[in-house]
Amino acid sequence: MAERLIEVEDLKVQFATEDGLVRAVDGVSFELGRGEVLGIVGESGSGKSVTAMTLLGLTRDRNTRFEGAVRYKGRSVLEMDEGELEQVRGNEMSMIFQDPMTSLNPVYTIGAQICEAIQIHERADKGVARRRAIELLGQVGIPNPDQRVDNYPHEFSGGMRQRAMIAMALACNPDVLIADEPTTALDVTIQAQIIELIDRLKDEFNSAVILITHDLGVVADVADEIVVMYAGRVVERAKTRQLFYDPQHPYTWGLLGSIPRLDRPRQERLHSIKGTPPSLIRMPDGCKFRPRCPHAFNKCMDEPDLVNRVEEPNHLDRCWLAPDEKRKLRLPTLAGEDEAAA
Amino acid sequence: MLAFVIRRLIGALLVLVAVSFITYLIFVKIPGGDPAPRIAGRTATEQNIQDIRKKLHLNDPFYVQYWGMMQSLFSGSLKSYSSQLNVVNEIKKGIPATLSLCIGAGIIWLFFGIVVGVVSAVKAGFWSDRVITVLALIGISLPVFWLGLIVRYFFAQGHPLSVLPDGQYVPLTVNPYEWFIHLIMPWTVLAVLFIGFYGRVLRSNILDTINEDYVRTAKAKGLGSRRVMVKHVLRNSLIPIVTLFGLDFAAVIGGSAILTETVFDLKGVGQYAAESVQSLDLPPIMGVTIYATFFIVLFSVVVDLLYAWLDPRIRPT
Repeated sequence: MAERLIEVEDLKVQFATEDGLVRAVDGVSFELGRGEVLGIVGESGSGKSVTAMTLLGLTRDRNTRFEGAVRYKGRSVLEMDEGELEQVRGNEMSMIFQDPMTSLNPVYTIGAQICEAIQIHERADKGVARRRAIELLGQVGIPNPDQRVDNYPHEFSGGMRQRAMIAMALACNPDVLIADEPTTALDVTIQAQIIELIDRLKDEFNSAVILITHDLGVVADVADEIVVMYAGRVVERAKTRQLFYDPQHPYTWGLLGSIPRLDRPRQERLHSIKGTPPSLIRMPDGCKFRPRCPHAFNKCMDEPDLVNRVEEPNHLDRCWLAPDEKRKLRLPTLAGEDEAAA
Repeated sequence: MLAFVIRRLIGALLVLVAVSFITYLIFVKIPGGDPAPRIAGRTATEQNIQDIRKKLHLNDPFYVQYWGMMQSLFSGSLKSYSSQLNVVNEIKKGIPATLSLCIGAGIIWLFFGIVVGVVSAVKAGFWSDRVITVLALIGISLPVFWLGLIVRYFFAQGHPLSVLPDGQYVPLTVNPYEWFIHLIMPWTVLAVLFIGFYGRVLRSNILDTINEDYVRTAKAKGLGSRRVMVKHVLRNSLIPIVTLFGLDFAAVIGGSAILTETVFDLKGVGQYAAESVQSLDLPPIMGVTIYATFFIVLFSVVVDLLYAWLDPRIRPT
């Protein structure tokens, strides 16, 4: 097994709001080893971004409560003070955000923003930092990096800005790169390039990647393991191949069914999961997906644990249905014939 | 960039012409605006009034009169109808007092406005923020003439605390120390309103900016909270404050300091304007209007340039 970089153990993150306690993350566990890519997949509001930001201590606030453990190389992130966290952020773990249009400060040049990351973590003078920034911009595929380094963010296109964000995140050669929906705001043609870039740089920089997305198609090629999140908890977790070949949770089926595919007969409409995610303040009893699940039955009033139910030992899920039953039931959903399934 | 400046300067000139013309028009067209009977006095005969009209060219069409007045104003020979004093000289005499008042007050309100804004934004929701908010609202609500009188009542010589000289302006070149202590009260009174106002505006700007994605990016890079605050939050939050300050500062120089100047008898341009309006004395009113417009137009050009310098997105390329 590769060197273990991150361990998350039964993490709970709750926000106290005027309307009540929001259980954004409710018992999430995973591990990440060097050189690995972990995909975290789920709808908006499933807690994937909160999980990622908590790894860097960015969700800390006087209205936030944490339970469980987050360890980076064995050190508890939740117990670090701000000074220790600042040492970790950008240096050992860094993050790329969803919207490159708003994630760069409009009043500083791209180069200045990359140099800033270098200079706070390394004893580099301006010239050295600048040369490194130019080199990084070249590595992420920006043409004429020695001129582009002095451009402002608004002079870059969306894809180029995301490349610049990646350059900034990699500036201090971090062990872990967390990419929070890095392609959501980009054109489809650019999406594949960015994912490919992250995958390539992971090897060049020998780091591990957590790739967060709502689109299973995005992580299919690059992730080693996938965690599917729903309503703040993990509903299924498996090696990527295993998840695509033998998905166990009806929510995962829904996500898989909503990817357009060219190798199947053309459908009138793309599959969608009916209903909306539950309120994180007042969650349904039993299985959290029950209200939207076409296959719910009596037993679903008790919440299933995340355990192994199939032959493959590392494949965990939270669904009471017997594996054989699931394999029959999921076919219509995966083929996009959701009406028949319901 | 040069083209931008030239374009703005031409625009500024047009504004200057339009403002002066409209002021003139309002003045000659309002009832009782005719200066001749006023100059002639209560016991004047019709003949006296006609003579004055002739002397002041008041029988010419108004655009000819306007042109004549502008000519004499810019050649520096325009005289007041009532006091016969040269308008340009009177304005020049008032400028040191007005500039001393406005620059000093401007520095004070900008500095304390930023302090108030930053402290209340950083402490948003805590009791210190609430106390500051209440104080700021009180500051905004206090009328300058009232506050000026109250401050004089408590602090001026001959009054209970008797720590500062009461009113009057002492030129900086005559005695810097006296200049300073004479201006402490007027500076404070003029600045109070703006401190409260700027503090509130900056507080909400900062709280908006703190939620920007690029601030989260800065934190994720590992910057300390102070550096994030100054380099990323404050740098962006202050851009609108620059605009506000430029325009307010120009307005204050151009006449908004009338009340403060009058309360403290500083004999500045504002006070001159107030007295001229009281006596419906057209030439000084025109002079002061042009002077005020000049500063407002000048500062709006300066603000535009500063803005382009501060925010690369609107820099003309």
